[in-house]
Amino acid sequence: MRDQITEALKGHSAQYIEIRVEESETTNLRYRGRDLEELGRSSGLGGNVRALAGGGWGFASFNDLSQLRERVAAAVSHARRVGGEHISLAPVEPQVAMVPAYAPRDPRLVPLAHKKGILDQYVETMLGIPGVNSCWVSYSDGSRKVYFASSEGAYIEQERVDINISLSAMARDGGDVQQSTESHGALGDFSFVEGLHGMAEGVGRKAVALLSAPKVKGGEYTVILDPVLAGVFIHEAFGHLSEADHVYSDERMRELMPLGRRFGGAHLNVVDGAAIPGLRGSYAYDDEGTPATRTSLIREGVLVGRLHSRETAASMGEGPTGNARAISYSFPPIVRMTNTLIEPGSATFQDMIAGVKKGVYACNWYGGMTSMEMFTFSAGEAYMIRNGKVEELLRPVMLSGFVFSTLANLDIVGNDLDMNQGGGCGKGGQSPLPVSNGSPHVRIQGCLVGGA
Amino acid sequence: MLYEVLERALKVAQQAEVYYNSSVETPAHFEANALKRLETTESQGIALRIVRDGRIGFASTTNLNDIPGLVAKAVEVSAFGAPSHLELPGKTEYPEVPIFDPEVERVSSDDMAQLGQTLIDTLRSRHPDAQCEATVSKTISTTAILNSRGCNLSYTQSFFEVSLEGTVIQGEDMLFVYDTLHSGRVIRDARELVRSLDRQLEMGRNVAPPVTGRVPVILTPRGVAGAMLWSLTSALNGRAVFQGTSPLTGRLGERIADEGFSLWDDPTTPFAQGSAMADDEGVPSRRLPLIQQGIAVNFLYDLQTAGQAGKSSTGSGTRWSLGMAPIPSSSVMIVGPGKTSCEDMVKDIKKGIIVEAMLGAGQSNILAGDFSANVLLGYRIENGEITGRVKDTVVSGNIYEMLKDLAAIGKDSHWVGGRLSTPHLYCKQLSSSAKEA
Repeated sequence: MRDQITEALKGHSAQYIEIRVEESETTNLRYRGRDLEELGRSSGLGGNVRALAGGGWGFASFNDLSQLRERVAAAVSHARRVGGEHISLAPVEPQVAMVPAYAPRDPRLVPLAHKKGILDQYVETMLGIPGVNSCWVSYSDGSRKVYFASSEGAYIEQERVDINISLSAMARDGGDVQQSTESHGALGDFSFVEGLHGMAEGVGRKAVALLSAPKVKGGEYTVILDPVLAGVFIHEAFGHLSEADHVYSDERMRELMPLGRRFGGAHLNVVDGAAIPGLRGSYAYDDEGTPATRTSLIREGVLVGRLHSRETAASMGEGPTGNARAISYSFPPIVRMTNTLIEPGSATFQDMIAGVKKGVYACNWYGGMTSMEMFTFSAGEAYMIRNGKVEELLRPVMLSGFVFSTLANLDIVGNDLDMNQGGGCGKGGQSPLPVSNGSPHVRIQGCLVGGA
Repeated sequence: MLYEVLERALKVAQQAEVYYNSSVETPAHFEANALKRLETTESQGIALRIVRDGRIGFASTTNLNDIPGLVAKAVEVSAFGAPSHLELPGKTEYPEVPIFDPEVERVSSDDMAQLGQTLIDTLRSRHPDAQCEATVSKTISTTAILNSRGCNLSYTQSFFEVSLEGTVIQGEDMLFVYDTLHSGRVIRDARELVRSLDRQLEMGRNVAPPVTGRVPVILTPRGVAGAMLWSLTSALNGRAVFQGTSPLTGRLGERIADEGFSLWDDPTTPFAQGSAMADDEGVPSRRLPLIQQGIAVNFLYDLQTAGQAGKSSTGSGTRWSLGMAPIPSSSVMIVGPGKTSCEDMVKDIKKGIIVEAMLGAGQSNILAGDFSANVLLGYRIENGEITGRVKDTVVSGNIYEMLKDLAAIGKDSHWVGGRLSTPHLYCKQLSSSAKEA
């Protein structure tokens, strides 16, 4: 493969060219109730060329690898037609590396019968709970081996194995259907999928309990987020804003996001990094061949860094951070998060809840989005807090806030960091990208909660 | 080659279905008001579904040189697969559905670049502080389906899409405006997009105080898509109905919406993105009423679900990607128009909101029809007039309660993407919460 790719790169007139070839294998299982709605295996082979020439980018992706040279020429020709202003790339030492998959328990070596057997057990666990009338289970594992070469001399082979599982239970009372879901993922470790019986039972019980749970009254509350939901919160409420492609080409955004700007109190520290090992957002090199880093984004409440591709780093005069990622060969790499977290502080859960007269304790995630100005995220599980105590279960709540002020209302950071490895991130049509996020418990004052 | 796959599969299986798709998409991407990137994205692949000893096996590949591997995977999987209820379609008649415009092939990347730049320049001549992004894209896609009962069809579809997005930042306030045009034919005149963004910018520049409590809400076509499309399509899914997870289970023939409200799925709509002569299992396309004058009249079925539920496929077998087996889903959803103009709806409201776009609407319990979303773009109505944009506001409701309690339905329909056409919906009451300034 190496000879074929590096040969195709030669002799073109361009500022920069890269080729990516990708082999993938995926196994999917999806249940609705006891029905195995989908059981399939997919294999993929494809590639792309990205070229920078004459102030523009050209991109070509394909499945047929037989005419690689012509594909390179096509991408270069596309780039030349764009004809924009000069684009610089931050310098990165061209790397030559072979990175095998991190796979402590490789799902590719687990027989399909065993995978199905385990999922069958989760289906039975959920359906065995009185009041649960159906459930969904979806599982997928996939490996992706990428061969990357650039006109600067980089050559990297890198393989990743990603696992994803989601359990949902439904309970119904007439026209009212309540659903409870938990999603988890792991990088290359199937053993994680094997011990989720307790989670399956919890998901089932919660769906039934939701039928009789009240809806919260909409309005502003003091909110305590559990580590999983706080991870989603930092991803939506700040993480996307730290992606430099939202900032670099817009003067006003640059003015809003200068390094040194205060976002929160001295107890707030936020980092992102693919170099944090063993998580779903971990890798050795990003999809431009830049080595992974661990980047401080907020240090003691102050903006100190952001996530870059080579282009955004050069444009802003900052260093590349290895955050250019593509979900597959069909897309060019864009600036993405990897493993994003709020670093732990010293507060206990008791410290946090003690003074709360009326509030909401929100746990587990359902989803989240951001517009760069506003963010929303929804909790899979929520409880009223009254006089310092967690009380009744509520229907799922949606929390919303203003990106530039909400972090300042985050007044206590707990001591119990945990990472959320479920789901995936979507941006620019590329979804779901494996990421992780995490945090200890945190408390936010005056958070807008949507309700009935 | 597809015959080769079918033949190989039938050596080891009793039934087989081969699905092939190839597409070439050519987008021009604009960033920061200028052309940034030109692309050609080619893809092709085969999905194989077999029935072996009564069980379904499914596999797919984008490596067309590995047909033996594809068949072997389908066989491996079939040992654990679901019992088959498939009745694959044989040779049959298909409706003529216009979905290919040869002009699309002839549009050059220079033409697309020029179209996008003109849109951006026109909008910015009126709003110089708007930072614009745009995409102009064309796609040619060919699909073929072959099965062991004699189905053998193929069709080519053309597709053209123009989207325009503007952001105005003033201090820490951000105003996002967006619209998109989709067609199976070449779009040469996209001034409609500029008019739409211009209108959104005009109405949104001024920030108005929030509107809270239970208030009347007008959903624009984009607002309708955000609030209810996901909930409704998942509730109408025959598989959810069969399994009892749909709130509509057992309610066929019941009134579930205002009598002015009708919804149908019509994959025979000329030049719509979801249109074709057949669904992704080779079943002929047809117009399928789902809600007729407020009454639930049909659900969506694919072959497997229909077999399980004792129904017939409604031509709704949909593959959301090559690697996913068909599931029941809508193709081209159409909400029937009503009688009221948007202007008259606004005039009717003393204090309320128009919701144009929502953030996070699909994150609630969509099965029960609940939605709760931040208003990404919406306007305050006071005494029959639009007074500005509302901020930091969450609108919540339940689509089934909302649909039964409609004040009016708009008389003009608009496309939202290439798969939904709907008028404005005027809801008597939704719950609105806002952060106090």
